[in-house]
Amino acid sequence: MKHTISVLLQNKPGVLSRVTGLFSGRGFNIESLCVAQTLDPDVSNLTVVSRGDDNVIEQITKQLHKLIDVIKVVDITEKEYVEREMVLIRINAEAHTRAEVLRVIDIFRGKVVDVSAKSYAVEITGSASKIKAVIDILRPIGIKEIVRTGIIAMSRAAKTK
Amino acid sequence: MGKITGSQAIVKCLQEEGVKTIFGYPGGAVLDLYDALMSSDIKNVLVRHEQGAVHAADGFSRVTGEVGVALLTSGPGATNGVTGIATAYMDSIPLVILTGQVPQPLIGNDAFQEVDIVGITRPCTKHNYLVSKLEDLVPTIREAFHIAKTGRPGPVLVDLPKDLVASSLNYPVKTPVQMPSYQPTYVPHPVQIAKACRLIMAAKRPVLYVGGGVILSDANAELTELAQKLNIPVTMTLMGLGAFPGTHELSMGMLGMHGTYTANMAVAECDLLIAVGSRFDDRVTGKLEDFASKSKIIHIDIDPTSISKNVKVDIPIVADCKNALTSMNLWFDKESNFDLSEEAARHKPWFDTISDWTAKHPLSYTDSDTIIKPQYVIEKLLEFTKGEAIITTEVGQNQMWAAQFYKFNQPRHFVTSGGLGTMGYGLPAAIGAQMAFPDKTVIDIAGDGSIQMNIQELATAKQYGCPVKIAILNNSFLGMVRQWQELFYDRRYASTTMDVTPDFVDLAKAFGAVGLRATKKDEVIPVIKEALATDNTVIMDFKIEKEEGVYPMVPAGKATTEMLLV
Repeated sequence: MKHTISVLLQNKPGVLSRVTGLFSGRGFNIESLCVAQTLDPDVSNLTVVSRGDDNVIEQITKQLHKLIDVIKVVDITEKEYVEREMVLIRINAEAHTRAEVLRVIDIFRGKVVDVSAKSYAVEITGSASKIKAVIDILRPIGIKEIVRTGIIAMSRAAKTK
Repeated sequence: MGKITGSQAIVKCLQEEGVKTIFGYPGGAVLDLYDALMSSDIKNVLVRHEQGAVHAADGFSRVTGEVGVALLTSGPGATNGVTGIATAYMDSIPLVILTGQVPQPLIGNDAFQEVDIVGITRPCTKHNYLVSKLEDLVPTIREAFHIAKTGRPGPVLVDLPKDLVASSLNYPVKTPVQMPSYQPTYVPHPVQIAKACRLIMAAKRPVLYVGGGVILSDANAELTELAQKLNIPVTMTLMGLGAFPGTHELSMGMLGMHGTYTANMAVAECDLLIAVGSRFDDRVTGKLEDFASKSKIIHIDIDPTSISKNVKVDIPIVADCKNALTSMNLWFDKESNFDLSEEAARHKPWFDTISDWTAKHPLSYTDSDTIIKPQYVIEKLLEFTKGEAIITTEVGQNQMWAAQFYKFNQPRHFVTSGGLGTMGYGLPAAIGAQMAFPDKTVIDIAGDGSIQMNIQELATAKQYGCPVKIAILNNSFLGMVRQWQELFYDRRYASTTMDVTPDFVDLAKAFGAVGLRATKKDEVIPVIKEALATDNTVIMDFKIEKEEGVYPMVPAGKATTEMLLV
């Protein structure tokens, strides 16, 4: 099963390679990885998406926590959470498809960020399923290039009663 | 206080940590450090190869419980140490390894003797550092010691660029190490302790399965108290030998691939397995589905990743073994309303079964009147050292025979590379152990293959007057690999015949040590007696039965009840 794990870690040189080395060394898979600084410049947040049965996911979270520079590990899949990914797509936009592309982008609330005579570059943000949907629709029109950020995720706030 | 150099600061920091002996080898990048060491009271043991330095520091740590320290130069000095570091990592031995690094402006330029040792050792250290700011120098070394010895211990490497070590700084006052992201759990959860204890009270066929964690946390007394109080039989892993007296009536000896018949059967038939400071290694469990498949499992370990890694456990207890065992002993004394002696009597049918197993298949071998059997050598070493020697081993048959036939009654007396299985470990480890206890008998039980992997350390032993004794069980084979070839590869002895080996007696003499040889059984005792009476480094070359095997043996991947017996 797919799990999204959110990790807080010390923002120090080499920390990312400790995390990726752990995954490769122990045969865990990484489907997506995203890391950036938090409000505290000494702390980074890392979101990793991995697949495995319960035992594997338990080992992943424990092994991550065992790294000296890791502050907190949360498997947010177990909770209510929001996930987002951004994708930049350069798509064929010849005369006969330009309008169609713009319609699709509009439906998915995307933005055109670069225009040329034969293509558009568009920016789309959303959950993994939305990104998949938009790619599926644009693919027949002709995707020339695609760049994805990887998934970032955040737990939803506890509901007050 | 005025400014001091980085190297002086490092030496001062080592002194603050209580370090008196380090093991190392100098080179361009650590010249400043060696210069500063020369003016200190810290003794540097000059080894002959950096792997030897790390193994010696490791052996020193295993017998003392202190952090072992090795000092290596950059590049090849550091890479030569990697096998030693990985050995310590697999067995959770606390070490601090200081490596020289090229000056910071040269890092990344493929400078002379530059290597990314922090990158190389990342997967085989508990943690490692490249110091990049002068003000971090001393705090980093303090952190390294803290990390090495706390929680599940392990090696920590600190890479020291030459320019930093040569700079001047104000020595920072020692303050407690604060690491919010590193907080090992020492104290067991009382609810888990109570649950575990109730399960123990209910068990009819309990077994204690103890590993190196008990020795690392100095919990042997607490373990013995628990086993005796509740009358529970004990089996030990290779790393756990000595955690419980090997000659005690409750001891079933070692379990696993070359464990005793009794221990493996007991684990298979028990209704409660109490794992303490052990990690369900594949050499212990054999086929996982069949390991302790009839029992509930309690697992005490300070490292949460060890729990339910290979075998799902019913009651996990994350804690220091000593604390957990103390809490359990207290629970039985205060909380339990049972009559402990009556409860213990309930285990009688279980002990009858265990006695039957031992009577049927004791640990044994077929002796000979003339040929030297390796097991006989170990038995005689045990007899003439009264079981009080520190035994180090190489890896392979020599290691398994030592584990089976030398009965360890005290912890920190059996020093062996269990996890990584590093040939060439025993001699440098023996030197480290002897440096810690100059008056103890230290014996490296070796094979003719393994001993050649770090034989150069004989010179180190001589230089520092270490009267270590090396018992080579010489069968002119890489014996354990040969045994696998005999059993599983149609006796095709591919590259396991050691047809050309040095004359070990002459070799000993060349190093200024004493060489003795036994080729017949009746020469064994005189050789051992002479070796033990000699105040010099001694090689005993025992020409043993060439194709003797280690039994019992559980073939890899088989259930531990599927043992090949003698």
